[in-house]
Amino acid sequence: MTNAEAARRLGLDCLCPGEEREVSGGYAGDLLSWVMGRAGRDCAWITIMSNVNVAAVAVMAEASMVILAEGVKPDPELLRRAELEGIALYSSPLNAYELSWRLHEALL
Amino acid sequence: MPEVRLSYDIDGDDFSSAGEASVAMKKALRQMGIEPETIRRCSVCMYEGEMNAVIHAGGGRAEVLVSPERIKITIEDDGPGIADVEAAMREGYSTAPPRVRELGFGAGMGLPNMKRCSDELDIETAAGRGTKITMIVRL
Repeated sequence: MTNAEAARRLGLDCLCPGEEREVSGGYAGDLLSWVMGRAGRDCAWITIMSNVNVAAVAVMAEASMVILAEGVKPDPELLRRAELEGIALYSSPLNAYELSWRLHEALL
Repeated sequence: MPEVRLSYDIDGDDFSSAGEASVAMKKALRQMGIEPETIRRCSVCMYEGEMNAVIHAGGGRAEVLVSPERIKITIEDDGPGIADVEAAMREGYSTAPPRVRELGFGAGMGLPNMKRCSDELDIETAAGRGTKITMIVRL
């Protein structure tokens, strides 16, 4: 399943389409070092963090996409960096639990 | 492959440029055709070191040496030094200020992540004399 396909199936709002990547799992977390050390490659990363450092962590962890949960709005600098680095950045009014559950179903 | 040296200045002024050295290193390693899992380990090491330099020391310098056998990452700063290295190696221990924690840092995972992702980790530090962290990732 590609990141764009995952976005469609989870009903996400597109902030930055980014590069097309395969999504093979998910990870939810907001402590950046924790996420970077533990999130699997090619995951959809669900977070409520919205500052520019999210972009660097997404690149380092090789996440396929970033989903901002609970209607969180990205800082302008995050959006700019996502466009620059080709990061797929989406948002949703759902919380991390609900998004994880939907992602799991989409990945089955 | 001859030895390749990459050098980066870590700007400590603001968090908006934080991570740039790590992102640049990652791209360079990819261009060299380094294996993806190795790149990932190096990226974690570099990013944690870079963020520590930004958060605690107002920036610093990073050098990456790529040889056929290993990648050696050295991150050096002129900050206050690490007062208690043993404590800093424990997951969850952090001295990051509240404004930094609000950005999602300060989980106390920096040095533990570096240790986990490198084959060798060496920390040279003294109060008031800065910190030099050397990490080796074998190829």
